[in-house]
Amino acid sequence: MAEQQTNAGAGPEQESRSAQGGPGDGQGPGSAEPVPGGGGSEPGEPGGGAGPGEREPVLRSVLSWLNSAGVTIAVLLALLGFAVVIQVKSTSTDGWLSAARLQDLVRIQSDLEAREQRLRQEITSLEESQRQLSTGAQRRQAALEEATRRADELGILAGTLPAQGPGLSLRFVAGTKPIKASVVLDAVQELRGAGAEAMEISGRSGAPVRIIASTYFLDGDGGMLNVDGRYLAGPYSIVVIGDPTTMRTALKIPGGVVELVTSSGGNVLIEEREVVDVTALSEPRDLQYARPVS
Amino acid sequence: MIAVLALVAGAALGLYFDPTVPAVLQPYLPIAVVAALDAVFGGVRAKLDGIFDDKQFVISFISNVLVAALIVYVGDQLGVGGQLSTGVVVVLGVRIFGNVAAIRRHLFRA
Repeated sequence: MAEQQTNAGAGPEQESRSAQGGPGDGQGPGSAEPVPGGGGSEPGEPGGGAGPGEREPVLRSVLSWLNSAGVTIAVLLALLGFAVVIQVKSTSTDGWLSAARLQDLVRIQSDLEAREQRLRQEITSLEESQRQLSTGAQRRQAALEEATRRADELGILAGTLPAQGPGLSLRFVAGTKPIKASVVLDAVQELRGAGAEAMEISGRSGAPVRIIASTYFLDGDGGMLNVDGRYLAGPYSIVVIGDPTTMRTALKIPGGVVELVTSSGGNVLIEEREVVDVTALSEPRDLQYARPVS
Repeated sequence: MIAVLALVAGAALGLYFDPTVPAVLQPYLPIAVVAALDAVFGGVRAKLDGIFDDKQFVISFISNVLVAALIVYVGDQLGVGGQLSTGVVVVLGVRIFGNVAAIRRHLFRA
């Protein structure tokens, strides 16, 4: 009866061979077959020298269950079921963290601390970049507002934008002779000197013409006025946006426009207004000769 | 079989009473359960092989549980508790696999 119970002797189950004869020598419940055999290699098996795989008769197995060993086994199995259930419950309710070892917990804690450190650094760097982006956005915003304001100013001066504001409304009534271009030009220059910001001139009929830096006035045939190539018939009205008081004073100075017109029999009616609309626009021109320097 | 009934009865008692595991035993209970499972599978395999001996089974059951718990306890005292526990679980798992494979061969002839 060679007991070939265990091929290599690993595992805690180095069983003492029970001296039982008959079936089953050297039984090894509890996995006496160590790994190298590859689980449960068939050939030449447990049951050693006894008859090849003889099964116990059913009656005998039933009787063996009823003896004290059977009761013990039943008790042990009940304990096992009990322990499995409470262990599963304990893991599911408390989680494995509450039953973990001290070293594991310490390791977990140091991992978490390292992670916290990294996250804090990330927070600071993100806050920094957020700050930079927001100041950058403010600077861009300020630059945008500046540019918009400048564009508006230049548009008004160049006559490409309509304008609105306090100012004067002038009406030139011709006397015996029609109003000459030089008079109108004088008026325009006087107004500019007094701080006029936008003005337009209109005749008896037709659309008003915006007066900008490059506007010219010429005497046309039949007493008409040539303004920038458009012919207007009197009486002429000029609408101007600027400081009303200063402009009125400028017009009325001795030897000024009003005196000039009245001396030849005409009249200049000046009306101050809270809100003056300069709606005429002038076409922007491409410059042929001048170029910006910078 | 009475064995299965006993197992089920024990599980039912566990569900009914729902005790909490004392903190002292907490690290050892899972290992003890796995060791006991190893013994049970070994027993089933021995049964199918026809070499089951109940005294053997009882002794192996109890000794498996005690030795596994002892190994883990000693490991904890030495400071390698985590690793030893892992090792014990690995070995028990391997043996359970072996026994289950043998049982499967018996049951399904495959």
